[in-house]
Amino acid sequence: MTTISAPAELAAWRGFQGGSWRDQVDVAGFVRANVRPYNGDEGFLSGPTERTTHVWGLLTAMFPQERERGIYDVDTHTPASITAHAPGYIDRDRELIVGLQTDAPLRRAIMPFGGLRMVENGLKAYGYELDPVVKEIFTRYRKTHNAAVFDAYTPQILAARKAGVITGLPDAYGRGRIIGDYRRVPLYGVDFLIAAKQLDKASLNGRAATADVIRDREELAEQLRALAELKAMAAGYGYDISGPARTAREAVQWLYFAYLAAAKEQNGAAMSLGRTSTFLDVYLERDLAEGTLTESGAQELIDDFVMKLRIIRFLRTPEYDQLFSGDPTWVTESIGGMGIDGRTLVTRTSLRYLQTLYNLGPAPEPNLTVLWSPELPEPFKRFCAKVSMDTSAIQYENDDLLRHYSDDDTAIACCVSAMRVGKDMQFFGARVNVAKALLYAINGGRDEMTGAQVAPATAPVTGDVLRYEDVLAAFDRTLDWLARTYVDALNIIHFMHDKYAYERIEMALHDYPVRRFLACGIAGLSVAADSLAAIRYARVTPVRDETGLVVDYTIEGEYPAYGNGDDRADSIAVWLVETFMDKVRANPSYRDAIHTQSVLTITSNVVYGKHTGNTPDGRRAGEPFAPGANPMNGRDTHGMVASALSVAKLPYASARDGISLTSTVTPDGLGRADAERVTNLVGILDGYTGAGGFHLNVNVLDRATLLDAMAYPERYPQLTIRVSGYAVNFVRLTPEQQRDVVNRTFHGTT
Amino acid sequence: MNHPTVPPAAPLGGTTLPDATGSPHWWRPVQGRLHSWDVSTGVDGPGTRFVAFAAGCPLRCLYCQNPDTWRMRDGTPTTAEQVVNQVRGFVQFVRTAGGGMTVSGGEPLLQPAFTHALFTGAKELGLHTALDTSGALGARASDALLDATDLVLLDIKSWDPARYHRLTGAAIEPTLAFARRLAERGTPVWVRYVLVPGLTDDPSDVEGVARFAAGLGNVERVDVLPFHRLGAAKYDRLGIPFALRDTAPPDAELLTRVRDTFTAAGLTTY
Repeated sequence: MTTISAPAELAAWRGFQGGSWRDQVDVAGFVRANVRPYNGDEGFLSGPTERTTHVWGLLTAMFPQERERGIYDVDTHTPASITAHAPGYIDRDRELIVGLQTDAPLRRAIMPFGGLRMVENGLKAYGYELDPVVKEIFTRYRKTHNAAVFDAYTPQILAARKAGVITGLPDAYGRGRIIGDYRRVPLYGVDFLIAAKQLDKASLNGRAATADVIRDREELAEQLRALAELKAMAAGYGYDISGPARTAREAVQWLYFAYLAAAKEQNGAAMSLGRTSTFLDVYLERDLAEGTLTESGAQELIDDFVMKLRIIRFLRTPEYDQLFSGDPTWVTESIGGMGIDGRTLVTRTSLRYLQTLYNLGPAPEPNLTVLWSPELPEPFKRFCAKVSMDTSAIQYENDDLLRHYSDDDTAIACCVSAMRVGKDMQFFGARVNVAKALLYAINGGRDEMTGAQVAPATAPVTGDVLRYEDVLAAFDRTLDWLARTYVDALNIIHFMHDKYAYERIEMALHDYPVRRFLACGIAGLSVAADSLAAIRYARVTPVRDETGLVVDYTIEGEYPAYGNGDDRADSIAVWLVETFMDKVRANPSYRDAIHTQSVLTITSNVVYGKHTGNTPDGRRAGEPFAPGANPMNGRDTHGMVASALSVAKLPYASARDGISLTSTVTPDGLGRADAERVTNLVGILDGYTGAGGFHLNVNVLDRATLLDAMAYPERYPQLTIRVSGYAVNFVRLTPEQQRDVVNRTFHGTT
Repeated sequence: MNHPTVPPAAPLGGTTLPDATGSPHWWRPVQGRLHSWDVSTGVDGPGTRFVAFAAGCPLRCLYCQNPDTWRMRDGTPTTAEQVVNQVRGFVQFVRTAGGGMTVSGGEPLLQPAFTHALFTGAKELGLHTALDTSGALGARASDALLDATDLVLLDIKSWDPARYHRLTGAAIEPTLAFARRLAERGTPVWVRYVLVPGLTDDPSDVEGVARFAAGLGNVERVDVLPFHRLGAAKYDRLGIPFALRDTAPPDAELLTRVRDTFTAAGLTTY
């Protein structure tokens, strides 16, 4: 027990209900006891104030230069930490919420603990050079995560990584996808959290000093150090956050400081925020009731906070940006959902967060994610649909599945990864290319593009026409090898990440002990499923080169394609998801993490396609894959709903790290008038959720708009589209990715 | 708030309408030819709908975007049961999302028994039914078929008989007679009017259709559909000349003028 009943807490917690959360860290309990569900419409919301427009204007004036040069500015001398940089401001006198990653807006920091090469290449690409002192420190005196991983990789892993059958591994930068429970800082103040962590650490005093216990003790010590640094960082901005927040403005500020500490120190692949809107609502509504805040003032606080989240930046290489389209940070915020007691967790602040897309204009970050259930209040559902139609900037995840498999205080990290806030963390595992693995199976482990022996040599599939049974047997063996090699690689990566680039502040805002997931993933699902369907239902004849390597396929006859509600093809996709999950589970995981997998590519489907030869489904070498779990572009010929329902057949139980579907629909494809379109989009989301679909990105766009944006990017600086789990600025995509988006199935009237 | 409504879900199980034979399953073996199917939203009747496109059409409209549906013999032979089994996979979704089943084409009334059978199957699943037709073969629709039809999407392509004939190759009178029959029965109708610059934009033509539609009393709304040329590639593929290849889609001003004409007649118009 960390009972604190000093006067500071009593004043800060005035008017709050419930008791269980007062004596121990339990933010979910606090939210359940104090949530004020909102069942009304968006009529109460306020537009931007003059102040908001002014401060946002200062930032947007900097964006064109950043877009042109790749980065706006960088500090090449100072390895980042929570306290490494002096306080920074956009407009010190007019900001409501303060704090920047470095001492100036859009000035990026170097984070060499993850890997020095990423820092050096990132700097070089934009015309900067790393401070030689820093370079010397991180080569001669201090090992990085990246260096350590390569010390332990096996030749098999290196070969699979090089060939592109295992890709995107977080071995050169921060793994990310860890969400600290940043709400703990405003609710309890840092001193309370320090006291609680000290008790956790003391609980290990009687335990024998095994490797596990020693590591836990060291990690808890690091967490305590980080909490002290968090207080020091806030003090630099003139705030004492040792005690709990007393007002809404303090609550937003304390919460942001906690998040900022993480974003100052970790260049994580995804630096997600959690589930903060309904938590902050309790503070905003209290101030409104006390008469110390107006609706306009409440919206202004959220607008200012969101502005800060929009300028989170990391130094990455152009190759990284190419893989993930632009400069994503995945500041994912989960909004809405239902409580386990049957009440909705939608509050007025849920709508205030969405309103930022109007007040500041559409933007990819923060990655606003609505946890959807048909039970949500009807006016909220309609508002979400309207925002989707107006901005294409929000994504939807199935709250009914999340509640069933986790609880009602679950948030999404990155795009589709669900975790109970402050209770679960994950070891991010990127993904393997199962389409390429199928080609390896046919070619006895040789790479179809280079001819190199990557997987162990087995007998290639022989004969003129491919036999389904032969290919399936070979594929099964290849997947065994792939799962083993993959999990080995991930175990090495996360062992070293814990050792050399531990997320001190994020883990300080988790319970001890924490539940861990090993988040594996697959790419190329639709290509692999369609290829197997073609082999089974059409006649597929391999074309071999002079060395016997199969480099192409001729297909005679028709085959059913995944994405048309046809079980013959859809069941192959289901089989593949379940089979690979089982094979992953067969391999022991680092720290006994629970194995999961995602069907998600983000935008790397373009790069995966580039590195994969001709496939038996008729796809040409180099052609992009479909993103995530999407059916292959243009092969889902019966409309968006038929396509989505095929994806909904994929079992969430075998893909608990998420199944991503991106759909683009033209406004006419939803109906003839706005109100009717809203009704129909709400219906589609209800129906898809009811059918067990997990995730849906919705773009309501017409092709003409995108083509115009390709030709005149300067006219569309804020055009935002959803791609496989998050949103990007369309004008920041490479021309190749832009073409891929345009060519993706547009569902609408023809 | 006044939201547009989608059909309420019928009770689970729906109802089976018996035919003269008295067997509730009579519709299952009825044969027909299908061009294709899809699931669409907001374009083929209210909500999200399973749309069966029947093969074959007696008209040859100059602006047709689906010349691949003209010939019945190009369709896939199937039975009502096979199609309805396909629909079954979407029933739960459609019930949640709001919507139903539409039989379009081609011209569904070229295969009236098949269409009747499909609607009977759809009713068994508790679905709202919509018939998308030019009305040219309206006389072939039995009262029993119309009993199983919740909504008719009726194309009235012109008001001037000579122009109608030039546009479609057929007479206008059967369509108007069908419209009057539907009005007498009280079957709800959505009128569709395809707007082609230079062909169907004559103010007196538009006014004629508007006046007629407004006088019927059962027309819930009018959809003015702007002509587009997205079907040109199909003509190329089929080696059929496309008469309107060089006709531009209507501009916003013309669209507004035509919609206003329908609105002025007292019709809800999109």
